[in-house]
Amino acid sequence: MASVEIDVKYVAHLARLALTPDEEKQLGAQLGNILGYIEKLRELDVSKVEPTAHAVPMVNVTRVDEVRPSLPHEAALRNAPKQSGGLFVVPKIVE
Amino acid sequence: MPNQLTISELSAKLANREVSAREATQACLDQIARVDGQIKAFISHDAADALAQADAADKALAAGEKKPLLGVPVAVKDVLAVKGQPLNCASKILGNFVSPYDATVVEKLKAAGAIVFGRLNMDEFAMGSSTENSAFGTTRNPWDTSRIPGGSSGGSAAAVAAQECVASLGSDTGGSIRQPAALCGCVGLKPTYGRVSRYGLVAFASSLDQIGPFTKNVRDAATMLGVLSGVDPRDSTSVPQPVPDYTKALTGDVRGLKIGLPKEYMIGGLDAEVKAAVDVAVKKYAELGAEIVEISLPHTDYAVATYYIIATAEASANLARFDGIRYCQRVDGADPIELYCKTRGAGFGPEVKRRIILGTYVLSSGYYDAYYLRAQKVRTLIRNDFLKAFETVDAIVTPTTPTAAFKAGEKSGDPLQMYLSDIFTISCNLGGICGMSLPCGFTANPKLPIGLQLLGKPFGEAMLLRVAHAYEQATSWHQETAPLRRWSSGRERKLD
Repeated sequence: MASVEIDVKYVAHLARLALTPDEEKQLGAQLGNILGYIEKLRELDVSKVEPTAHAVPMVNVTRVDEVRPSLPHEAALRNAPKQSGGLFVVPKIVE
Repeated sequence: MPNQLTISELSAKLANREVSAREATQACLDQIARVDGQIKAFISHDAADALAQADAADKALAAGEKKPLLGVPVAVKDVLAVKGQPLNCASKILGNFVSPYDATVVEKLKAAGAIVFGRLNMDEFAMGSSTENSAFGTTRNPWDTSRIPGGSSGGSAAAVAAQECVASLGSDTGGSIRQPAALCGCVGLKPTYGRVSRYGLVAFASSLDQIGPFTKNVRDAATMLGVLSGVDPRDSTSVPQPVPDYTKALTGDVRGLKIGLPKEYMIGGLDAEVKAAVDVAVKKYAELGAEIVEISLPHTDYAVATYYIIATAEASANLARFDGIRYCQRVDGADPIELYCKTRGAGFGPEVKRRIILGTYVLSSGYYDAYYLRAQKVRTLIRNDFLKAFETVDAIVTPTTPTAAFKAGEKSGDPLQMYLSDIFTISCNLGGICGMSLPCGFTANPKLPIGLQLLGKPFGEAMLLRVAHAYEQATSWHQETAPLRRWSSGRERKLD
């Protein structure tokens, strides 16, 4: 089973996930192993196979476009780490 | 004690007022007080709220109301939203999150009269096979507390096996209902993808997740499924198929049915006692008049690899929402990106991080075709294997797990070994079919439950339950109780 090299630091950045140097090292080794195992899918010829995204293919699932009750404002903000004036408070995004 | 009863037994006693809903609920709360210090099936439970629901149920019972679960205490996995109750997914990251609404299945349980209570332990975000990945500690197997209950719905299985609730809900993405049901000796049912609405279920892998019940027997599973099923405008993946009365399918008769035995499931690594128990179960089906047919599911060996691409890819996208903006324990940063990274780095546990990284990697630029797209194509092959098999057989029988419950700590250091413990349950989710596990024996020493897995056609739950029920009626495994249950009759003994 071949091990696969993976740039954990780069992928962690894509995933917006801060890792300690120890975590990076450990994850690199473990994921190398797992990806090595996953390589076995290359044994199969899938050139003529359609992908399955969902087991039950359903298209254009729509509902009636009508106003219905939704979550009250306070309930939506109930779990906010920071809020003010009925809004979520976030760090400054634009200068 | 009413907590020891099945749903149908308890419902009969509630209906003729032999037992009140309050007594039934109090019996569950007492059992939690007695055993949950050892089992740790519950992260938390709101006793006052449960008793208030019980009192309301008693009023309804007194007024002669009839509902399928009126007065029955049902506990739920910590991945389902119950209005006004905490929801943590057994993770640190959600902090003091309180659900602002009920999941559809919770609404349905309440409408059916159930007393919905408790937050059952699980692997963090349903990622794991042992409940060891919980930020709230490991749940223990009621049959042997040095062992794990399975996962990810380990708390849901252990709570039913330890009689802390009459039934429970779990979720199953790759075996997370069937595997713990097998290891704890209860009945666990994963419905067909689309059978049960997932509104209010915290998403792990959206093309695989389904909610299903844990019960003490097959009849109770049929009752629960009837309550939970149905199309829901709030979940566009729920399917508008009629919901039959599943209990009507329980005829006890399997004469003339064809039951498939896939040769690919008799692999090396399958424990000899598990294999022997499944062989005896297959013989029992033959005795009952079913025809046993050897079948082939040739792509079985590729299921685990396929699953760990698709499930982690979908998880990496689904878990992006835990970013510290609208909810979560925020860790501040100089800019939004630093805030996200720190919040997620501090809040997620090791297995969740591992899967987010793996999922992000297989979706990242240049790798999508090689991993995700290829996995989706192999998924087609796995699904076609099942559809082809179901052209000739009515159900498929396999072991649920390769071994009985393993020791806590035994596999937690090797993620790949842990993943391979799901080898028999994963294909069912990839194929979008239905499956269940029911008790089919015990290992000798120590005495641990063994699970029989039955797989059925898409939306073929009625047939699946019929086949399961016939076996159950012909055996007595489901009547065996975990040694913990002796506690409730007063003969207490030390657990460890």
